[in-house]
Amino acid sequence: MSDVIADRSFWHRNQQTLAPWLFLTPAILFFVFYVIYPVFQSFNLSLYEWDGLGTKEYVGLRNYEDLYWEWVDRDAFYTSLKNNVIWLFLYLAAIPAGLFIALFLNQTVTGIRLYKSLFFFPFVISQVVVGLVFTWFYDPAFGFLNIFLGWFGAGPINMLGDERYVTYGVILAGLWPQTAYCMILYLTGLNAVDPEQIEAGRLDGAKGWRMLWHVVLPQLKPATFIAFVVTIIGALRSFDLISVMTSGGPFGSSRVLAYYMFEVALSEYGFRMGYGAAIAVVLFAIMMVFIAYFLFSMYREEKR
Amino acid sequence: MFPTPLEKRPAAAKTIYQAVLPLALIAWLLPLLAVAVFSIKPGADFTNANYWGVPSSFNFVENYGQVFFNSDMPRYLLNSFMITIPTVIGAVALSAMTGFALGIYRFKANIWIFFMFVAGNFVPFQILMVPVRDLTLDMGLYNTKLGLVLFHVAFQTGFCTLFMRNFIRALPYELIEAARVEGISEIRIFWYVVLPLMKPALAALSVLIFTFIWNDYFWAVVLTQGPESQPVTAGITAFNSQFRAMYHLMSAGSLVAALPPVAMFFLMQKHFIAGLTLGAVK
Amino acid sequence: MTSLKSTVLGLFAGTTMLAGAALADGHAKLSGDLVIFSDMSNPAPRAVMEGMVARFGEMHPDLNVELTVIDREAYKTQIRNFLTADAPDVANWYAANRMRPYVDAGLFEDVSDIWEGTLSDELASTKGAMTLDGKQWGVPYTYYQWGVYYRKDIYEELGLTEPTNFDEMKSNCQALIDSGRKCFTLGSKFLWTTAGWFDYLNMRTNGYDFHAALTGGEIPWTDDRVKATFANWKELLDMGAFIDDHTAYSWQESLPFVVNGDAAAILMGNFAVAPLREAGLDDTKLDFYQFPAINADVALAEDAPTDTFHIPANASNKDAARAFLKFVVSAENQTMINAGDALGQLPVNSKSSVDDDKFLKEGFEMLSSNSPGGVAQFFDRDAPAEMAKVAMEGFQEFMVKPDNLDRILSKLERARARIYR
Repeated sequence: MSDVIADRSFWHRNQQTLAPWLFLTPAILFFVFYVIYPVFQSFNLSLYEWDGLGTKEYVGLRNYEDLYWEWVDRDAFYTSLKNNVIWLFLYLAAIPAGLFIALFLNQTVTGIRLYKSLFFFPFVISQVVVGLVFTWFYDPAFGFLNIFLGWFGAGPINMLGDERYVTYGVILAGLWPQTAYCMILYLTGLNAVDPEQIEAGRLDGAKGWRMLWHVVLPQLKPATFIAFVVTIIGALRSFDLISVMTSGGPFGSSRVLAYYMFEVALSEYGFRMGYGAAIAVVLFAIMMVFIAYFLFSMYREEKR
Repeated sequence: MFPTPLEKRPAAAKTIYQAVLPLALIAWLLPLLAVAVFSIKPGADFTNANYWGVPSSFNFVENYGQVFFNSDMPRYLLNSFMITIPTVIGAVALSAMTGFALGIYRFKANIWIFFMFVAGNFVPFQILMVPVRDLTLDMGLYNTKLGLVLFHVAFQTGFCTLFMRNFIRALPYELIEAARVEGISEIRIFWYVVLPLMKPALAALSVLIFTFIWNDYFWAVVLTQGPESQPVTAGITAFNSQFRAMYHLMSAGSLVAALPPVAMFFLMQKHFIAGLTLGAVK
Repeated sequence: MTSLKSTVLGLFAGTTMLAGAALADGHAKLSGDLVIFSDMSNPAPRAVMEGMVARFGEMHPDLNVELTVIDREAYKTQIRNFLTADAPDVANWYAANRMRPYVDAGLFEDVSDIWEGTLSDELASTKGAMTLDGKQWGVPYTYYQWGVYYRKDIYEELGLTEPTNFDEMKSNCQALIDSGRKCFTLGSKFLWTTAGWFDYLNMRTNGYDFHAALTGGEIPWTDDRVKATFANWKELLDMGAFIDDHTAYSWQESLPFVVNGDAAAILMGNFAVAPLREAGLDDTKLDFYQFPAINADVALAEDAPTDTFHIPANASNKDAARAFLKFVVSAENQTMINAGDALGQLPVNSKSSVDDDKFLKEGFEMLSSNSPGGVAQFFDRDAPAEMAKVAMEGFQEFMVKPDNLDRILSKLERARARIYR
């Protein structure tokens, strides 16, 4: 009996220290098991050569050495990394595009709510479907793109079959849902813009661009920040569209790191698990720059 | 309000705006509308190169009938539901607890645990590919819905924790203090005080996670392989190779695959947007 | 990836034609489950596979046969997982080096015992392709010729005849181009179609032994003989022999060019006949010729890929699996499944009869009497998977940018140094 009382009072005395751990334990276990630990496993695996079937062979840094030579020789790794950079920059176009559409839709006319949600539509459908739709749009034989270009006497172009255009073609498909995402972020942001400051700006004679730049955008900073974060992550993770639209082709010219590592490790001809892991580590290193930046700004926020 | 509301502009501006709006929408959704039209065309239109013209006949019933009764589509759809719904429940439940723990209590490791979740969420998930696949194989869960669900729950917990914790931070802390003064245990505070207040966040998160998981393709390809467990995003590629170059059926199949998250979005629009824009508005 | 689980428990009783085969099977009483994974996902092969399983099930009423058909492309990546994780009792795959990773990893069962005795004679033509390290690792169930399928009516209209050497091939092609057509359609979105072209140009320029040595990693890609192959290829490219934008199409998507008459021919395996016929090309419009000689001193050799059945090492019902493999290669079953109205390909058993189909007869004739140089599997089955991938990407790049040849070859050479080390 006294034991129970002692127990109870121990829990009672310490429950504010113990409770958080009680709540955290299941999630932490899950997360460490499925996310954190595998990250380190990948680091480890990148030092081995393994076909996924037989025994692993320790090769030290040879996988990275091979990557280095692929880089020097302008080979697949170079192409992937280059395309990743193109993705990073062009994908950011979703932010101003989203802002533009948000400004366009930020009116009160009948049915505007329905319009807003229809504009948001592309974000909700899966990238697989987006990829298919755009593949047909680009099709050199019957795609609407070439018909459209024909009206202006331009084209025809083989968007996904030509190594000069293919990456841009895929990015354009990716921008469609991403722009919708940024648009909705800005629409909510615009709702929260302080009307008094706008009025004050008007009295100061600010209009159009000047108003947008000096009064509105500073207030949209949180929305811009989130849009920036999700766009960067989306760009670096790009896999679905490439897999569906081009399988990395033609002759590997639309690969990005995320796709290349899948191809090397798990695709039809891929038996190089260690090499795939090494590519993943490189991708992780790039992403880490942004993660660190993100965590740092959150940390600053918390300190305030 | 910015830009200047139309009410404060000349009447002509409003008329022009209302005329431009539907045109802009059509242009914006053009690729999708094309697929919708494709999906009701008869197959003959494609062999006759009538890709963009008016459908020569209205084949809605035939095409969608094929999708539903003559392919594995219904099975893939069912799989998607059986993967998505448990994941939503699992991830939301876990993160409600973590969000509570990290949002309410102040202890040294708090911020570091929080950062672990956030950083993990932003990790390029391809780095997890090989180890998670092996892990799943070792546990005998490869090509099972459970294997996919467990991983999704774990991975989504990162994002959900970020979301929940920020939401709980914004709740009035006095409520909890008051409850503590009353001598209510921490667990009961979570269950009876905080959880009811979290309903909007739970709803928003559920809708959001539903869409994310439904649309997942990468993990579906990595962790499952057959119609007995693959979700519809992966199934659509198989569907497409079964009906290769039969664009009317491929279109119908794609639209069917896209439908559930779209329906979810329209029904739960408010929650959905609330979920997405977390942090975008201060 | 459509699948079918046919639980066959004597449901198909009543067919009598197979009584003989059942007896030949040695009366083995088989029971339990037999799980079969198949990649025969296209409509016709799928029906064949289902029929074959049904007939086997009928012979063994106590055996519960479960068939899962997986999409052919997806299967190629999934086999690795199910061989290690939950192995079926029987699985489809391909012959030659394509088996190598699984044989080396000990994931395929050594089935040399099945091959003992008469079977080795009956299947002599494919035994080599099933043999690695002196043992047999599965059985073949079909093989098919490759060659040029062309529009007979267009050739007749222009007064052209089947070419017998490369010069005629080129002059025919020039005539076609002058008539506003392309000579060949091609869909290189999935890279292996380009390997068909490489194989033929290479085997006609340098011969079968060179092909074997090259895919075996014994010859540098920068060798002059390899360059000679590409030089011949470049002649066709410079003429504009191939359709534009081939990188955007799969092979199926490239067929309409032949059907519409925009291109006169396709270099493909015999499986292209079915969809072309379906699209309306009957035997008055569609015909076949053997890829013509390029270097007269080189003996003709052909690509004839063999598709196979294997028993995973982790299978649970290996007795039933062995019985199934024997059933697959039996003369009667071979005749039946390779018939024109079934797979429409060539039987692997020498006691089977080849269907009366025009293309099958021509293909069989070609492979048995006009292929003195040898019979290759196919580039991506003879070469290791990684090498095949890198090389085929190079072929595709070469077809678009022939001027990059030196860069491409040095890339392939680096890959060779790494892969065969």
